[in-house]
Amino acid sequence: MISLLLLLFLAITAIAIVRSRDTLTAVMLTGLSSLISACLFLLLDAADVAFTEAAVGAGISTLLMLAALHAVAPVRPQPRRVAWPALIVVLLCGGLLAYGTLDLPPFGAAENPVHQHVGNHYLEQTEREIGVPNVVTAVLASYRGFDTLGEVVVVFTAGLAVLLLIGRPRRKDEERDAR
Amino acid sequence: MSWLAHFNYWAVIVVMMTGLYMAIAQSDLMRKLIGITLLQTAVFFLYISFGFVRNAQVPILTEGAERYSNPLPHVLILTAIVVGVATTALGLALVVRIRERYGSIDEAELASLADEVEDLEPHHDFDDQDEHP
Repeated sequence: MISLLLLLFLAITAIAIVRSRDTLTAVMLTGLSSLISACLFLLLDAADVAFTEAAVGAGISTLLMLAALHAVAPVRPQPRRVAWPALIVVLLCGGLLAYGTLDLPPFGAAENPVHQHVGNHYLEQTEREIGVPNVVTAVLASYRGFDTLGEVVVVFTAGLAVLLLIGRPRRKDEERDAR
Repeated sequence: MSWLAHFNYWAVIVVMMTGLYMAIAQSDLMRKLIGITLLQTAVFFLYISFGFVRNAQVPILTEGAERYSNPLPHVLILTAIVVGVATTALGLALVVRIRERYGSIDEAELASLADEVEDLEPHHDFDDQDEHP
């Protein structure tokens, strides 16, 4: 019941974000939507994901956006007008997705196909093979360790690119503008 | 009761499409990024809903627990959240850089700026030719 309310709240927040004129409002509401989804993740038994979403999604992401917003200020408010072609595309796409969900197996049933494969192996073997109680940690750091290595490579590359883009003193621009 | 079984998928689709609309229709680059972040969160939620098992426990091994939710989607989304923040940071850095160089982060304004440059210098390419003056 509470998760239904939270879901409704999440959808309302999303619509409030799209309708907000001020970008600062949109950023703060994005942080709120991250927090709501963190609560929802906890209700859906995903404790680790909830922690990460609350810390990284609601915390760091919002902070980065606020810093960027400060750097690009002043931002003009978004004019409130409906872009009909985009709205039609989005409604069509959403309708097709909703139609697609009708074929999905029932929510939360233990017999769903997604639970019949490698997930059970992890749950049964983690205690013997890895020896830590948290299965998510075991999968993240050991069974799928190479995924995590790939993730580190992506984060490193992104960090490098950010530094290259805005990390250096920009003398060249000033020289060019002076000419 | 079947509509209730799919209610969370539909709420996810609403959030997802809101993000997509923002990314397509709003011309402010910051707002486009916010839209993409929103879409991302919706996809995360979709994956976590797939992993959920009713009357099960958080996948941390405990005495006497019979059934756990599927840990695999959790792992995938944990990775995706961190990667998502990294790519958001990259996008924000690009926006800041565009603002510094061209004085605007509005898509329409930037497009008209590019048109002006083309009109002035028909063969201007955007390389940094004055790298070594």
